[in-house]
Amino acid sequence: MTEKTVRVGFSGDSKELKINPPDTSPPAWDLDSKLAVVGTNVPRVDGPDKVTGRAKYTYDINLPGMLYGRILRSPHAAAIVKSVDTAAAMKMPGVKALVFAFDESKIGEKKLRYAGDEILAIAADSPERADDAVRAVKIEYDPQPFVVDLDDAMKADAPIVNDGKSNVRGKNPRGDAAAVDAKLAGSSKKIEATFRTQVQTHSALETHGLVVAPDGDGIKVWASTQGVFSVRDGLSSNLGLKAEQVRVISTFVGGGFGAKFGPGVEGVLCTKLARQANAPVKLMLTRKEEHLAVGNRPNSLQKVKLGADSTGKLTAISATTFGTGGVGGGAGCTIPAIYNLNRDATYKAESDVFTNAGSSAAMRAPGHPQGIFAMEQSMDMLAYELGLDPLEFRMLNDDNPVRRAQFNLGAKEIGWPNRPKVAGGGKADGPLKRGMGVAGTLWYAGGGKDAKADVEIGKGGEVTVYQGAQDIGTGFKTVLAILVAEELGLKPEDITVRAADSRFPYGPGSGGSTTTPTVAPAVHAAAYAAKRKLFEALATTWQVKPDDISAKDGKVFVASDPSKSLPFKKACAALTADKVTGSADREANYDGYRGNTAGCQFAEVEVDTETGVVRVLRVVAVQDAGRIINKLCSESQISGGVIQGLSYALFEDRIMDKSAGKMVNANFMEYKIAGPKDCPEIKSIVLDVANGRNSVGAMGLGEAPVIPTAAAIANAIYNAIGVRIFELPMTPDKIIAALARKEGAKTA
Amino acid sequence: MSDSSDDGARPKSGVSRRGFLKGVGLGSVAIPAAGLLGGSVVLAEEAPPKPSGPKVFTGEIPIKLRINGKDHDLKVEPRTTLLNALRDRLDLTGSKLVCDRGTCGACSVIMDGLLVTSCMVLAIDAQGKEITTIEGLASGDKLDPIQAAFIEFDALQCGFCTPGLIMATKSLLKTNPHPTREEMQDALSGNICRCGTYDHIFAAIEKVAGGARG
Ligand code: FES
Ligand code: FES
Repeated sequence: MTEKTVRVGFSGDSKELKINPPDTSPPAWDLDSKLAVVGTNVPRVDGPDKVTGRAKYTYDINLPGMLYGRILRSPHAAAIVKSVDTAAAMKMPGVKALVFAFDESKIGEKKLRYAGDEILAIAADSPERADDAVRAVKIEYDPQPFVVDLDDAMKADAPIVNDGKSNVRGKNPRGDAAAVDAKLAGSSKKIEATFRTQVQTHSALETHGLVVAPDGDGIKVWASTQGVFSVRDGLSSNLGLKAEQVRVISTFVGGGFGAKFGPGVEGVLCTKLARQANAPVKLMLTRKEEHLAVGNRPNSLQKVKLGADSTGKLTAISATTFGTGGVGGGAGCTIPAIYNLNRDATYKAESDVFTNAGSSAAMRAPGHPQGIFAMEQSMDMLAYELGLDPLEFRMLNDDNPVRRAQFNLGAKEIGWPNRPKVAGGGKADGPLKRGMGVAGTLWYAGGGKDAKADVEIGKGGEVTVYQGAQDIGTGFKTVLAILVAEELGLKPEDITVRAADSRFPYGPGSGGSTTTPTVAPAVHAAAYAAKRKLFEALATTWQVKPDDISAKDGKVFVASDPSKSLPFKKACAALTADKVTGSADREANYDGYRGNTAGCQFAEVEVDTETGVVRVLRVVAVQDAGRIINKLCSESQISGGVIQGLSYALFEDRIMDKSAGKMVNANFMEYKIAGPKDCPEIKSIVLDVANGRNSVGAMGLGEAPVIPTAAAIANAIYNAIGVRIFELPMTPDKIIAALARKEGAKTA
Repeated sequence: MSDSSDDGARPKSGVSRRGFLKGVGLGSVAIPAAGLLGGSVVLAEEAPPKPSGPKVFTGEIPIKLRINGKDHDLKVEPRTTLLNALRDRLDLTGSKLVCDRGTCGACSVIMDGLLVTSCMVLAIDAQGKEITTIEGLASGDKLDPIQAAFIEFDALQCGFCTPGLIMATKSLLKTNPHPTREEMQDALSGNICRCGTYDHIFAAIEKVAGGARG
C-alpha cells in the first residue's frame, strides 16, 4: 500500500484526504478528476428492449409445458382452518399439482392471521383453470376475533394478534426523557403536535412472482426480485439444495421499492408446485394479492415535542411513535438527525403494534418519509412560532455544507422570496390560494464490501462486464457500462452488460440505496485489472512498460511516442489468449468526505379552499448522491421519488374495514396512485459531490428523494391556507375539515 | 390474473368479471359451427346446460386475430381476454397485465384505430379488427420516433408501464400531433407509472411533436 492524497467534496467545500488503497486498486477518482463518461447523460443500455416490448420480465417468461400457479388465501382476518377438501379441485380439468402453505397435519388447529394469509397453491395448465381450481377447494373456517386498526390494537382489551399479552412491542427508548423534558420546559419557544401517516403499499407494477423450472437435479428460476442472490439462497436453504443447484435470473424487473427480497412464500410454493408436477410453473401474484400480502409501508402515530431558544437554535426533541406493520413486520419510524441536536437533547421511543393485516416490508427509505413528515412540519411550526422564515430557521440549525448549498440552490430555483410571508396571506385567485414549503433530508448509502465483478476483453475488442445483481429500474446496468467505458476509454455502447444472474459474480440486493456504491468500485477495479492485462500484452509488442500505455477516446497509446497508437479494437489483437478477464472484489471503504448524503425539496401548491383539492404546481428537488455516474438516470430517480412522495402525500391509503377486517381498496381503481394529471413541474438538481471512500466515490440515490416530498407539500399547504394538516394522505376532506376548524375557532 | 384469490373458499361471495363473463351465454357470440360440433369444446362440468335458453360452455374455441398486420389462428376459452390471448397464446408479452380492470393502461393496444385496454376486451370480440401492439411499432431495428424519444429522455425506469404509455402516446399524436402539456396529461391519464416517469414522458412527447403548442 502506498499513501495517496485525494481531494474530496464539492465546489462549495472541499478537503484533502490521505488514503491507503491496496496497490491493485485503480487510481481513485477525486474532485479534480476529469472524467469522460462518468457524470454525463447516458441513455439506458436496456432502453431499446424496454420500449419495443422485447424485454422479458419474469411475467413474460413462457416455457413449453408451463403450468400456472395460483394461491388460495384466507378470506378472514383471523380464523382456524377446521377442514380442507381438495378432492373436487384436483379433479378439475388441467390441474396438475397442489401444495399447502403450512404443515398439512396442522389442519384443525392452524390459525390464519390476516385476510390474505396463504393456505395452499394449485398449478394448472392455464391461468383460467388454475383460478377455477382454487375456487373449487372447500374449506371450513372457525372465525376468530381480530383487530386491524392501530388505535384499537393498542387498547387493553384488544384481541391478541400474535402470542403474548399485548399487541404493543416497545423498543428501548433512546435518551433521557426527564432531561429532554427539562430542556423543552426551559426553551423560549416550543411546539407539541401529533402526526399520523397511513399505510402505503409498494404497488410495483410487476407483481411478485416467479417462474420455476426443474433443471437436472436443481431448478432454474426467473424471479421478479431485488435480490437475485437472496432468492437463490432462500430457495436453496428451503429445499435443501446447494446454492449452485439454484440458478436465478432477473434480467428485467418491473419495480420493487423494497418489497422484493428473498423468494417469499410465493416462491417456495411455486418451487414446490414445479417439483411436484415436474414441470415449469409460473406463479405471479394478482394485483389484489400484491396489496394484501407482500409488504407495505407501516402507518405511524407520532407525538413530537420540539423546542428552540430565543436565538432560534434548537434545544431539544422528544418523539414517541407507534405504528403497525401488520402481523409480523416492524413499524420503525425514523426521525433522522438532520439538524444540530445533541444526543443528550434527544429522546425517542418507538413501538410496533401488531394488527391482523399483511406484514410490512422495507419500503423506499423505511421509516423516513413518516418521520420527516412529523419532523419537518414541527420545524415549520417552530419557525412560525419564532417569527422566522422557515428556511432561515433551518439554516440556523444545519451545519452540513452540502445541504446548506442545496437549500440556497433550491430557494433560488423555486423563487422562495415570492411566497406569502404570512401563512394564508397570499393573493387569492377566487378560492385558489398558493403557498410554498421546504423540507430537508439525508441518507446514508456509502455501500459495503459485498460485491465482485468480472470484466472481459476479447481479442476482437469486445468488452463484457459480468455482475450478478439486478436492475430494478434504477439504471444499474447502464452504470456498469459507464464505469467500464470510462476506465477503458470507450463509449458505454461498446460494452456488453451481463447482469442479474446468479451465475455471475456476487452482487448485493437492491436495498438501502447500496447497489451502485457497493458494486461500482468492484467493477471499476475489474475493468482496471482487465486493462492492465491488455497493456501487458501490448507492452511486449511495443517494447514499452505497461505503465507507459493509456486508453482514451477509443484509442490505446503511448503518450510519449505518437507512433504507438491503435484503435482499441486493433490493440486487442495483441492479446495472446482469446480473451483476458479482470476480476475484482469490492475493497472496504476508507475515509471520505461525509458518511451520509444530503437533500432538500421545495414545493409550491395551490389549494382550492372550497373543494379542498390540493394541486402541487412545482417541486424543486436538490439531492446529493456522492459522485454521480449517470446524470440522466439520476434525475429520473429524483423526479420518480418526488412523484411517489407526492402520491404518498395526497392519495395513497390502504383502507381497512374495521368490522370486516379486510382491505377494501385492494385494486388500482380505489387505491389511488399519482397519475400523469397529478404530476407537477419538477426540477431535479443533482449536486455532484466527490465523496471519496473508494475509487469511485458514488453514494446511493434510490431512497432519499422520496423522503421529504410529503413534508414539503404539507408545509406549502400551511403557507397557502394557514392551516396545518397533521395526517396523511392530505385529501380534500381533511383540508376542508381543517379550514372549518379554523373558521370555527375564529367565530367562537 | 383474476380476482378469485381471496374468494376461493367462498365461491358465491364475489363475482369476478371473468367469472361473470364465463357464465354468460354464448348466444350472442359468433362461433364457427365447426368449433361447436368439433371435439374442441368441453361442456362445463360445474354448469350443465339447461334444456332451454342460451347454452353455457367452457373449453376452447378457435378464433382468428389480426395483429400487427398478420393473421393468427389460435384457440381460447371464450372468457379469455385479448391481453391473455396475446401474452399466453401468441407470446406477444410486451403488453402487460397490471391492474386487470382497465385502470392502469399497461395493457393498452390500438384496435381499429382506437386505444383500448386489452384486459377489458374479450379475445373473441377482437376478431376481424386490426390490432396494433407495442411489438408492431418499430419496423425491424428502426424505432418509432416515440420509442426513440422515450429512450433519449429516459422516460422509463423499470419499464413495465412503458409499452402502455408508448401506445397511449402513439394514439394521442395520431389525432393531435402538437399537444399542449395539459392535452398530454389528459391523453395519458388512463396510465399509471409507479416509478414516476411522467415528466420525462412529457419531455419525450414534446420532442416528437417538435415543441409544444401551448
Ligand atoms: S391491466 Fe389493463 S388497464 Fe391495467
Ligand atoms: S417505469 Fe416503472 S412503472 Fe413506469
